[in-house]
This record gives sequence, structure tokens and C-alpha cells, in this order.
Amino acid sequence: MPNDVFVVAEHLKNKLSDVTFEMLGKGREIADACGGKLVAVVLGSGTKDLAAQLGVADSVISVDDPALEHFSPEAYRIVLSSVVKDRQPKLTLIANTSMGMDLAAPLSAELNIPLVAYCKGLSADSGNVSVTSQLYAGKVDVESSITSAQAIISVLAGSFAGDAGRSERTPSIEEVRPSTSLNDLRVKFRRLVEPEPSDVDITKEEKLVSIGRGIQSQDNIALAEELAAALGGAISASRPIIDNGWLPKSRQVGKSGMSVKPKLYLTLGISGAPEHVEGMKDAATIIAVNTDPRAPIFDIADYAVVGDLFDIVPALTERIKGAKG
Amino acid sequence: MKILVPMKQVPDLVEELEIDSSGKRLNRDFLKFKLNEFDEHALEEALLLKEQHGGEVVVVTLDMAEADNLLFTAIAKGADKIFKIPGNCDEGIDCHSAAQMFATAAKSIGFDLILTGVQAADDRDGQVGMLLAAFLGLPHVSVVTGLSLEGASAIVHKEYAGGVMAEFEVVLPAVFGIQAARHTPRYAPVSKVRQAWKTSKIETVDGGTVPASNGSVVNRMFKPESGKRAELIEGSPDDVAGKIVDLLKSRGLL
Repeated sequence: MPNDVFVVAEHLKNKLSDVTFEMLGKGREIADACGGKLVAVVLGSGTKDLAAQLGVADSVISVDDPALEHFSPEAYRIVLSSVVKDRQPKLTLIANTSMGMDLAAPLSAELNIPLVAYCKGLSADSGNVSVTSQLYAGKVDVESSITSAQAIISVLAGSFAGDAGRSERTPSIEEVRPSTSLNDLRVKFRRLVEPEPSDVDITKEEKLVSIGRGIQSQDNIALAEELAAALGGAISASRPIIDNGWLPKSRQVGKSGMSVKPKLYLTLGISGAPEHVEGMKDAATIIAVNTDPRAPIFDIADYAVVGDLFDIVPALTERIKGAKG
Repeated sequence: MKILVPMKQVPDLVEELEIDSSGKRLNRDFLKFKLNEFDEHALEEALLLKEQHGGEVVVVTLDMAEADNLLFTAIAKGADKIFKIPGNCDEGIDCHSAAQMFATAAKSIGFDLILTGVQAADDRDGQVGMLLAAFLGLPHVSVVTGLSLEGASAIVHKEYAGGVMAEFEVVLPAVFGIQAARHTPRYAPVSKVRQAWKTSKIETVDGGTVPASNGSVVNRMFKPESGKRAELIEGSPDDVAGKIVDLLKSRGLL
């Protein structure tokens, strides 16, 4: 319907992701402002329990099929595309996550519906929708207006309050069959690959020394390790360090890594891209060391040291060892 | 195996970004452009596949800023052919238009597999790779960190949160959005790039015409306000170390 807001629920291993509730909370507000209904769309197999948690929505469209048991870029796109084509919602909210990236842009191109991505702010005023996107690694925000009757918005995790998207209410559920066959597709799900078990679980550490590109070489990691040892903590890292193969995946903090909430998070040479901040913003005390005074990490840190980690770290390790006597 | 790698440039984020007087665009007088870092990973993965399985790596880019340098650098790294889509894009181009131009170009160049960077810093209207896949009607997987070939299929690892990955088997041709290549992207020595400028030729491929509007307009651009600003700890390295130790003690962290 022309004023409805659809939210595509995202789930993994039978658990809805937080961003689903964040989108539902915001979607509720927008649907009310536009005089439309809020509809949650859940794709999967045996998802009754999941659909029952979407009570903030006026109704739930449930597409339940064995072929949808696991997320698949192809099967999910085919089903979602036919639902959106059929129901013509004003807005379709999809998470700007790994799964969502395989849905939002392809749907936009296939259905010729505009897409605004990396949404961190969304408002509607007498039916006019305004979207704020977080671009340029968090350095510039861009506010756009939707100029067509329908749009797809891909929403960054952590942008909206999740509480507003949770309700005890039981939603009315409409079962929908896939309109086309989901056999013989070109993308086949094979298995989930769990992370290698690790000696250290960084989500359980109280103190983390976290390194980024500024550490420059694998050999320099020893400096950070020594500091972490003196503090009685462990080391973690931002994405580039893991991609370089300098530390195992189990040490990665951020969007595609772990979310951590230590008492102390001390960053060395991390600029603070949004993908990293997503995984560490809830740390109790954040101290950041970076040579660039404009680094976005200083927007989230409690304490800022603008300087060279190679000068600061040895001095700090020495002092901590001294302080502990 | 012919692997096509469409590449795009983005503003260099190491530089300060200024917003122009319209309030709707970055001030392009001071913008420096560089290759999207994820496209660099896509090229690396393409080169690794070629080294394993043979075939050729073809790079295509849009006509803007550092395009020629980007293409010759790709040759220096091991790409076999380089294409530029004419039509000045110096004023910027949205991702739907870029993807449509890449789609038209890809059809005339031909390919068995397309690798793109997973995203770019200026993807306001979505990620180019996945738009491209839909315009070409091809299967796609985004956020790929592992890729191998098995006959006419590719086996890919797609990254979710918390270190979990999903493994998919995908019938080729397909488009993958590469998050990270198996290795750090290789470095092209300046001498090899210079040699490429002298010995290689940039071919031209038509990108067709693209519709003017993508259904949304930019109202304004602005620097995000920081919620709070960190307290500065200043002084010599030793002073700074001393202040941090005091701070840790006062917070019961030491």
C-alpha cells in the first residue's frame, strides 16, 4: 500500500539481530507519521517463533519455505522482490549488513526503486521522507530527500533505539508462499563456518589494547603485547590488521568481528571507522592514541593522545610496570 | 577464465574533506582521488585466481581524475587488459549510473567472473557491485573473504558478524563483492608502473547512456557533530604516560 513501511527482519541461527528491532522502532514512527501500516517481513524455514517477536508491526508477512532455511543472496532476493513488487510499500527498510547488502542494491536495480544506503537518520514530515547517510568513513553525513513514490533504505546497525522495536504484543501473521520455484538456483548454501576457537576470548577481557593500521608492521605488535601484559589485558585489533594476517580473526573488533564492552579500551593507531566503532563504542573507558588530530576515534574516546604510539607505548609500559612495583 | 574487475575512485579520506558553498557537494577543487581500497582487494583476488588457474584479468574504470594511473598500476601488478569508459565523470557519478555503465561495458568486453570491491566510501545510493549484478541478471554474493574455483562454480565465504561465515557454491558467471583478498594487495613498483605507461595501451569501451535521476536528491552535506569530545592528554611521552597511569589508578583500572 502507498504509505506502508516494510521492515525486512534479519536473523541468523534462529535469532533476530538487534538491527531488526532498531528498524522496527524507527519504522513504527515513520509509518505513523505517513499514515501507513508497519509490516515486518520474515523469510526463513520454521520461523514462527521469530515472527511472534515482531509485535511492534501491525502485521507480519511470513514466507516459510525449506529453501529459505539459511540466508541465500539469490533465494531471499527472489522472494523479497516479489513481495515488494506485489505490495508496493512506500519504504522498505533493509539492514546495511552483510546479508542486507545482498538484498537492498539488487532489489533497487531489479525493481527500479531508488535506494538510499548507510542510513543513520530517518524522518518523515507530511509524507516527505528525509534520510541521513553516513558516508566517507564517518567524516561527512549526507541528507537526501526521496523524490519518488517508493524507496529502499538500507539502515546501519546501531543507529536507532532497539527498545522501541520490541513488544509483548502478538502480531497478526500472514503466511505467503514463494511465487516462483526456489529449486535449481545458482547460489547454493553449503554450511556455516564458525570461527576458530581461540586461546583468548576478547569479549570477556576487562582491558583491551587494540591496534590498527598505525602499528605499521607485524613486528611492532610486540610493543602492544607488552603493554597489554603490563596492564593485565589482551590485544585486539581493527580490520586491516586481521586482513593482513597479523592477528587471528578472533581478535577482530567491529562490525564483522566481535562487539566488546571492556572496562578499558586503549587504541593504538586506530582511526575509528564506523565499522570499528560499532564494535567498541560501549567500552567503559576509551583512551585513543593517534597521530591524526582529526581521527574520528577521538569523537568516541574519553581521552585523546595526539602523538606517535612508538614514543608513547614504551613510556607507558615502563610506567605501568613501575606503578605495579 | 576471464575475470573482469570494475574499479572506481573515491576521495582520499586522509585529506580534509570540505563542503562547497552549495552545501550539497564536496568542494572538488581540493579533492584528491584514489582507488577505492576494496577494489584493490578485488584486483588482488583476481590476480591470485589467475595465478592458480590461468586466464586473464581485465580492469575497467570510469573516466575521471587518476583513471590512467590506476589502470597502468593494474597492469604493473599483473592485469592483462585495461579499459576506460569515456564520458567525463570528474563531477561525480552516482552508483546506479556507474553500475549501468559497467554493465554495458562488461557485456561488450565479455567475462566469466566479475570481482568488485564490497563497497566504497561514497556509495550513497548503494554498492556498485551488487547493483551491477542485478543489471546483468547474475548471481551475486557480497562481503566475500574467501574464494576458490571448482569447475564451473565458485566456492565463496561470506562474512557475517561475530566471526561467523557462510559458505556458498555459486554457478558462474557471477559477481562477488570482495571484502578482503586472501593476501594483502600486492605493491606495484614505480618502475613497473612507468614501464606500463610506455608499453601498454588503454582501450576504450562504451558505457552507454544512463538515466538522469535515481529517485533521491541530496539536500545537504555536513560534518557530523561529535557527541562528546575526548579530553586531551598532552605533554612529552613520559608526561603522557604518567597522566594515563594516574587516570587508570583513579578509575580503579590499575
